Amino acid sequence: MSIDKETVKKIASLSRIAITEAEADAFVPELNQILGWVEQLGEVDCSKVEPMTAVIPNKLRLREDVVTDGAIRDKILANAPVAEHGFFAVPKVIE
Amino acid sequence: MTAIFEMGIADIRSGIADGDFTAKEVAETFIARVSAAKPLNAFLVETPDHALASAEAADKAKANGEALGKMAGVPIGMKDLFCTEGVPTTAASLILEGFTPQYESTVSSNLFKAGAGMLGKLNMDQFAMGSSNETSAFGNVISPWRRNDGGNADLAPGGSSGGSAAVVSGRIAPAATGTDTGGSIRQPAAFTGITGFKPTYGRCSRWGTIAFASSLDQAGPMAHDVRDCAIMLESMAGFDAKDSTSLDLPVPDWEAALNSNLAGKKIGIPKEYRVDNMPAEIDALWQKGIEMLKDAGATIVDVSLPHTKYALPAYYIIAPAEASSNLSRYDGVRYGLRDLPDGAGLQDMYAATREAGFGPEVKRRIMIGTYVLSAGYYDAYYTQAQKVRTLISQDFDKAWNSCDLLLTPTAPSAAFGLGEKSDDPLAMYLNDVFTVPSSLAGLPAMSVPAGLDGKGLPLGLQIIGKALDEQSVFNAGLAIEERAGFVAKPEQWW
Repeated sequence: MSIDKETVKKIASLSRIAITEAEADAFVPELNQILGWVEQLGEVDCSKVEPMTAVIPNKLRLREDVVTDGAIRDKILANAPVAEHGFFAVPKVIE
Repeated sequence: MTAIFEMGIADIRSGIADGDFTAKEVAETFIARVSAAKPLNAFLVETPDHALASAEAADKAKANGEALGKMAGVPIGMKDLFCTEGVPTTAASLILEGFTPQYESTVSSNLFKAGAGMLGKLNMDQFAMGSSNETSAFGNVISPWRRNDGGNADLAPGGSSGGSAAVVSGRIAPAATGTDTGGSIRQPAAFTGITGFKPTYGRCSRWGTIAFASSLDQAGPMAHDVRDCAIMLESMAGFDAKDSTSLDLPVPDWEAALNSNLAGKKIGIPKEYRVDNMPAEIDALWQKGIEMLKDAGATIVDVSLPHTKYALPAYYIIAPAEASSNLSRYDGVRYGLRDLPDGAGLQDMYAATREAGFGPEVKRRIMIGTYVLSAGYYDAYYTQAQKVRTLISQDFDKAWNSCDLLLTPTAPSAAFGLGEKSDDPLAMYLNDVFTVPSSLAGLPAMSVPAGLDGKGLPLGLQIIGKALDEQSVFNAGLAIEERAGFVAKPEQWW
């Protein structure tokens, strides 16, 4: 399947990446080339194959449900572009 | 005595232990090498004080008669994918410019506990996405190597661990950390004539390593030789409760068990790796490698890994899919860049920040990943790729019925010139043709330098082992190292 400029713009929007018209035009052949190439996977018969979930067999561990971390607010905020009153600050979300 | 800057980990270790020189002298030697290597653009941040402090601690421990750590007094380069407390970490991306981690990654922390010092943070492909180090937001790393044709064309050190490869091959650091998602330790090691090791998935904790594709990312050592890689990997690996895929297993003493006698070992030669257009020199090197392993006592068997040709397309669905998810955290809210156009709302801020912060290759992969995970396409692309991944892994399992290890070339060519492949993403992706399958299967694999091409550039051989059998990989690597007699080094022009 081939993707058009509208699809590129939709993917960019889902990806939260602003793109210009010119960039969208440039992405169309590029993404089509890459997606056209990966489509060869369709020729592999996988009707009896389970998708990979873990490359090395491993059990998901559980630990005691206790607090092991915390009280590091200032460290967490140390790299925030804008922090106010002990919170991350963002532009107004609700009018 | 060999000059200190020519030494690797083991030589530095014994020199300090024997009192031939102090750790401080070692640190000062390499700090001077780092300062003089600016034309290579390999370091994003230099941390001489860190290297000196570790050296002083090593010298003090020795003076007090205390036992020294495995890496005591060895100043290393740190790929900028590892978060280092108090030292800026960007993954070579503008979106993390100004980010100073408040914590230490488990791998770097383990290395520091073993006594290593840090010379600085190493340039790399942005978010480890690339095979030539040309996607860094802070400029290309230039390989210390040059062709012997008298030209001065700048060559790629490989990628994504290009800074690591450049400083180890240029004798600017005795060793460096790398990370490997689809070949990012092995391919640059091959391009620069050094040794690089990717352990079994789960050996090294991913905690504090900036994520690219979490089901594939593994840290590993890049060093002068097999022994140095074994010493360094012992210091990097180990169980970590903070990584849910960390393997809860003891770290073997790989160095102590090094043994290049391969009697009784069967080495598989996968016929599918004999790809079209493979340069004759690479094929000849592969044959030489077979002879070297035979000479070490191994038996050679032909094996088939029938789904090899589907590994790259599967990888270029799985890795971008995981990347698109992992990189969604860069939103301009919690760390790094924020681009807030006048009057913009939250959604506009996200889109503007990510537009300004990510480089073209990162955007390309996020876009592909988003597409293959989007409603209506998920099964056709992502689920199918994960099924093919199962088949690739089963190919290896079947091969292990008739052999213990696999021998292949590391990369389909020697180092190429900067700019020669950067216009065609797909051509660049094909560089990982020999390294991606073992990544998809989570297997340990290493690249060992084994010869030079007609232009005087290094070529590497890859050894792939069974899961958790790093020892056999190291041993076969050592057998090649002893027989290849690879001593070529780049001539210092910088």
